[in-house]
Amino acid sequence: MIEVKDFRKTYGNYVAVDGISFDVKQGEIFGLLGPNGAGKTSTLECLEGLRAPNGGLLRVAGLDPASEFRKLRNLIGVQLQSAGLPESITPDEAMKFFCAYHNVAPRFDLLERFGLVEKRNTQFYELSAGQQRRLVLALAVAHNPQVLFLDEPTAGLDVATRVELHGMMRELQGGGTTIILATHDMAEAEQMSDRVAILMQGKIITIDTPMEITATGAGLTKISVRTQASSLSAAGAIFPAVSQRTAKGEYSIYFSSDIGSTLSAIIAYIDAQRDELIDLRVERPSLEDRFLEITNAGVAQ
Amino acid sequence: MNAFIHHFVFEFRAGIRNKQLLLMNYLFPLGFYLMMGFIMAEINPFFLEGMIPAMVVFAILAATLLGIPDPLVNARENGVFRSYKINGIPSISILVIPALTTILHLAIMAVLITVTAPLFFQAPLPVNWLNYVLIFAAMAFACAGLSILIGVVSPSSRMTVLWSQLVFVPSVILGGMMLPYSMLPDAAGKFAQLLPATQAMNAFNGLAMGKVAAFSPWSSVFMLLTSGILAFGLAVYLFSWDSRNTERRGHPSLALLVLLPYIIGIFLLA
Repeated sequence: MIEVKDFRKTYGNYVAVDGISFDVKQGEIFGLLGPNGAGKTSTLECLEGLRAPNGGLLRVAGLDPASEFRKLRNLIGVQLQSAGLPESITPDEAMKFFCAYHNVAPRFDLLERFGLVEKRNTQFYELSAGQQRRLVLALAVAHNPQVLFLDEPTAGLDVATRVELHGMMRELQGGGTTIILATHDMAEAEQMSDRVAILMQGKIITIDTPMEITATGAGLTKISVRTQASSLSAAGAIFPAVSQRTAKGEYSIYFSSDIGSTLSAIIAYIDAQRDELIDLRVERPSLEDRFLEITNAGVAQ
Repeated sequence: MNAFIHHFVFEFRAGIRNKQLLLMNYLFPLGFYLMMGFIMAEINPFFLEGMIPAMVVFAILAATLLGIPDPLVNARENGVFRSYKINGIPSISILVIPALTTILHLAIMAVLITVTAPLFFQAPLPVNWLNYVLIFAAMAFACAGLSILIGVVSPSSRMTVLWSQLVFVPSVILGGMMLPYSMLPDAAGKFAQLLPATQAMNAFNGLAMGKVAAFSPWSSVFMLLTSGILAFGLAVYLFSWDSRNTERRGHPSLALLVLLPYIIGIFLLA
């Protein structure tokens, strides 16, 4: 659905994006991560047709965003980071107005689905941040786009609204919409994205599923174990690949670089002690941990 | 067409709903009109002779120069134009529709002034209604174009206020609304001819109010129309979707070309 090859974007002498390549399949949620100035916004803006690239190939739904923007605009939906609506427009007017320019009937059902019916005649500036985001998202999907670009969709929202928006994104994905998600929220990227690309200084540092990216890091996995007879704490046993051991309440906590061998050894030890396992928790390093590891390494280089 | 109608209806409503626009479209001109009617008529009885065109010209200046540019700059700064571009809203609609809706508000305001001024202040009505409407349309068109152009080339709200006031303040003082053009010193008179307000008052005097024009009134109408066309053309040419986007088709100083019809007029009418 999206193809990016050797894409390059410069502003004068400043290289914002330096020859990146990736593709996104239909129905995929693709996360674009990176610190400020990494090139995320430039990449998004060129894919959306707002800016022209300085090199490489960009295709969205088979079209060149720069030269075929007129055709493309009906195939894409965009939620910009800024509100992007006039202050005095109401949800009702905005729906009529934007749908008319896309040549489709107004989708008032979306106002209902996005919980905006009671606010349909309220001016945009009087809506809460969550309502504004929901309206912009409703407008972005009103013409049934094949590709949806979301730039920091949940920034500044409360937990309930975030969960609601994530649910809507899943629904859209279920309907076959491809979603490009640019975010600083690592938990959101990890939870929502099928794959993520981490950009830094205009280059892609890594691109994979969130699980694979976290698995390849040097971070240690935290294993917390609680048993009936507390045999682990009493014995002070040493297990393979464990670099650090601690205890909290009735839990023995191990930090392992090889979760498989450590877990096998712990369970074998509990069996051998004729103890009974009550609780076992494994916490892998998060995408945020891995992101910091990658970006810190990038900065150090 | 459907899109145009929805856009037009929204912009027209915004002209009343938005407090700043309501002030510039109606409240400020209306307050000024009442104040001038009650005070100026007492100080200078001759003011009444040209009160209707003077107050209509003032209303046009306030609604256009003080009302149009700032919302345009704010919309560009806040990413509204980017959102419009993505949704296929053409730049021509962004520039022309606010101008048209402002002209419609101005038409309402002009009717209000024209109907009430004879009743409240015994101000004389126009003697040629067709020319009165034509000059109103030409002045509104010229000022709307100029205001749109200011909004397009201004890099920030602060600069917008500066550019707008650079036209608005001299227009009120030298444009023939407070003082007749004939009372101005030569140099001030030449400078005043660069202002749409001076041309409009000259045309109103010579073609609609049955008074004597200081210089060719039809030339004034022609200058207003040509500067309006030039202003809209330059605004479309210099339009930028995004304040962060440095790629412009021309330097903003090209906007000064909007003065060309008035400059040529000064030499031809000298």
